[in-house]
Amino acid sequence: MSVTAHAHVDDHAHDDHGHHHKETFVTKYIFSQDHKMIAKQYFITGVLIMGFLGIAMSLLFRMQLAWPGESFSIFEAVLGKWAPEGVMDADVYLALVTIHGTLMVFFVLTQGLSGTFSNLLIPLQIGARDMASGFMNMLSFWMFFVSCVVMVASLFIEAGPAAAGWTIYPPLSALPMAQQGSGLGMTLWLVSMAIFIASSLLGSLNYVVTVINLRTKGMAMTRLPLTIWAFFVTAIIGIISFPVLLSAALLLIMDRSFGTSFFLSDIFIQGEVLHYQGGSPVLFEHLFWFLGHPEVYIVLLPALGITSEIMSTNARKPIFGYRAMIASILAIAFLSTIVWGHHMFISGMNPFLGSVFTFTTLLIAIPSAVKAFNYITTLWKGNLQLNPAMLFSIGLVSTFITGGLTGIILGDSTLDINVHDTYFVVAHFHLVMGISALYGMFAGVYHWFPKMFEGKLMNKNLGYVHFWVTAVCAYGVFFPMHFVGMAGVPRRYYENTAFPMFDELADVQVLMTVFALIAGAAQLVFVYNFIHSVFYGKEGPQNPWKSTTLEWTTGNKHIHGNWEGPIPEVHRWAYDYSKVDENGEYIIPGQDFVPQIVPLQKDEEELHH
Amino acid sequence: MTTVLILAVLVLVAIAIWQMTKIFELSQLKAETSQIANDSDNQTNGYLLFAFLIFIYAITIFSFYNYGKFLLPEAASAHGDEYDSLMLVSFVIIFFVQTITQALLHYFGYKYRGKKGNKALFYADNDKLEFIWTIIPVVVLAGLILWGLYTWTTIMDVNDEDDPLVVELYAQQFGWTARYAGEDNVLGDANVRMIDINKANILGLDEGDSYAADDVVVKELHLPVGRKVNFKMRSQDVLHSAYMPHFRAQMNCVPGMITEFSFTPIYTTAEMRQNPDIKDKVRRTNEIRSERAANGEPNSDPWEFDYILLCNKICGKSHYNMQMKIVVETQEEYEKWIADQGTFAETVLNQGDSDTAMNGVQ
Repeated sequence: MSVTAHAHVDDHAHDDHGHHHKETFVTKYIFSQDHKMIAKQYFITGVLIMGFLGIAMSLLFRMQLAWPGESFSIFEAVLGKWAPEGVMDADVYLALVTIHGTLMVFFVLTQGLSGTFSNLLIPLQIGARDMASGFMNMLSFWMFFVSCVVMVASLFIEAGPAAAGWTIYPPLSALPMAQQGSGLGMTLWLVSMAIFIASSLLGSLNYVVTVINLRTKGMAMTRLPLTIWAFFVTAIIGIISFPVLLSAALLLIMDRSFGTSFFLSDIFIQGEVLHYQGGSPVLFEHLFWFLGHPEVYIVLLPALGITSEIMSTNARKPIFGYRAMIASILAIAFLSTIVWGHHMFISGMNPFLGSVFTFTTLLIAIPSAVKAFNYITTLWKGNLQLNPAMLFSIGLVSTFITGGLTGIILGDSTLDINVHDTYFVVAHFHLVMGISALYGMFAGVYHWFPKMFEGKLMNKNLGYVHFWVTAVCAYGVFFPMHFVGMAGVPRRYYENTAFPMFDELADVQVLMTVFALIAGAAQLVFVYNFIHSVFYGKEGPQNPWKSTTLEWTTGNKHIHGNWEGPIPEVHRWAYDYSKVDENGEYIIPGQDFVPQIVPLQKDEEELHH
Repeated sequence: MTTVLILAVLVLVAIAIWQMTKIFELSQLKAETSQIANDSDNQTNGYLLFAFLIFIYAITIFSFYNYGKFLLPEAASAHGDEYDSLMLVSFVIIFFVQTITQALLHYFGYKYRGKKGNKALFYADNDKLEFIWTIIPVVVLAGLILWGLYTWTTIMDVNDEDDPLVVELYAQQFGWTARYAGEDNVLGDANVRMIDINKANILGLDEGDSYAADDVVVKELHLPVGRKVNFKMRSQDVLHSAYMPHFRAQMNCVPGMITEFSFTPIYTTAEMRQNPDIKDKVRRTNEIRSERAANGEPNSDPWEFDYILLCNKICGKSHYNMQMKIVVETQEEYEKWIADQGTFAETVLNQGDSDTAMNGVQ
């Protein structure tokens, strides 16, 4: 099968050029089937717009946490009737928390991140003219767009958006009497997510098929850049786990609208007994986290893949332990599907299950540790080019370690008892998956901006400012947060004033919020830099970072089909940086990297990595 | 006031960012337009990476110094001691690894900052190294897993040995109710379908179940010190979580099922109030509160330490204020207190006779 696919692409390489003379504005910019355009569409919709909303919401509720009950005109301006006289309402607080989580996890870091970089890089780095199915790819984006529209629309309805937490545990999410947001808001949330899942599946299937079938001649799986490995495995995890969330959502829709009792039983609310009998909310938790935990890695693996590539390029060194990195990605992917129960140690499920999940969870620390050590070794004795993308990659490793280590506490069922659902958890996952994945994404944008916008480069000085302010603030927000959690403060509390034991934590809350506001402002620097560079950015050289991978062999100008002539053939792995012969000379004199398209030189060994 | 403060901070930050951009621009000796890092960028950012390492250490020390005292005090339950030891050991390991790996990462970033003409080392593999850093986490984690699982099994083994006190914790939006099993120490059957608000049978006890008659329903949790308590949790509407941080205890309350947790309180409330950490905390908190009182702000009554039960699973609008006071006292005090509480028979069944008669007529 794969052979025929290769042949097909090669044969029609030149036919492709014939097609795009007919391109109109609509087919080029809107219903485009070109992977590069779709990548940009994902970035603008998923990251810039949804990311802006998600981060803005977090700033609003952080202000409420720091100055509980205080009146702010900004609240009144953006929340309207939900902030009478500028004081945030408790219901809308929960709505903001819920939608912030949903937007950031699913829209920004799943489809925004994977959609942008899988689409942009898979064909370019494996040497393909486009995705296996351009039409499916276009469909995937537009379904994503529709799900965004539905989610955003839910913010404007009378009773407010979903507010049961991004995990939407029933019965809270199932009963409009339990919470305002569980009415139409939750219906729209579920509809939006159902469309989102369909979009994600279409995208993932496309990525998997493309990587398996459309690699150029010589591009063995063991020569793939780690970015592609990460996107490929991420797509597989998505295909395995997202359908389970869809089934959970469907069953919840049934419970909500058609009176079934999958998740509900024995409920007495507002003076009456409901008819539900025999369901279990714990079942929902299992289904949700069967996706929810792999989801964490769906978010993180692409960021790690991007980091591997950027770190190696900018260190002018091969990534250390290429095969170990692949093995780690595979091990993480496999283990990620059997650890979901660590979110449920105290959910009421059998404690024996908790033991099993503790075991598998702590196992996942091993491949993660291997990855961290390999990154550090990659820096060792390098010739580090500290571009903004490189700094974000180093930053990712830093937050990945800091956030990952506290996972040892949360993954241990015993220790989880007292920190479960406290701010300790919030600090942990924001560092290890939120901030890390965002860093990976930013790194990717700075690094591959020339591939998105025809050779233009982003301003590096603004990039440095963006990185350093963000890096300091991320620790400023989330490091002290561990202490808030260890003090016993539960998450999703509208304010902590009802408990005198939390009085003295008020100052920490203010500190975290100030850091968060500054961090938010720093993201505007990025947005400005991005937009400015799109229009006024200076065109750089074709291969600005002196990288070995195939995407830099394409011209700056975008063409449908990526390469003018035939697709280049690959002769080596992607990490021949600073490789020398016996005499200590670079393989290509005067150049510290050997592109993948360069055949092995006389007497050169393709080391068995 | 705070609004002004925030605005001031934001303005200062904007200025700082602007200044930083300037510095970065000026640090390029020639007005070079290339957006690719050059030696001077590498130099500046290499130093900044080193500074960032110091920042990470500084914020760690700052947080421990200033916020370390906020951490929960010594555990007040029998199993809590083991919990705290495991936590401490895990933290020591974490901080050891954190200190070393962050140092390596940022130091390498600084040390090997790029310079034109420098040669990187082609170093793609080392099986021995990789084996070492695979096996070390394996061994350390194996130790933690074994210890953790042993403790977990002990904590979660809810059994009837040692004559435990049986107490039901009943959750609803947005409050807690406790039910003691009474003389027979057996909880009567209950289900939300048997709730009868008119008769104040708010927990849905089975009026025909003889075990229910001596049950005691209360709004404040009293526990005798040194006696094991087996909690049975129920919820009538949505998920809640019974979180008792001082006892290192937490369990979700799930509608449709009964969940369990068990612990033995080892310090009475009075003893805990004498704990030096608690005394400090109360003093600090009351300083804040007296300041508030002076400014005429709310939440300014002096505070006295009490154990507390919080809801720790999002349950709706007033989730943030769903709590119940827990009093741990001596056996005698406890007996005296429980004797003053009416049983289910006294408060509902007998007083409700007339209602039942009326229902019968209808």
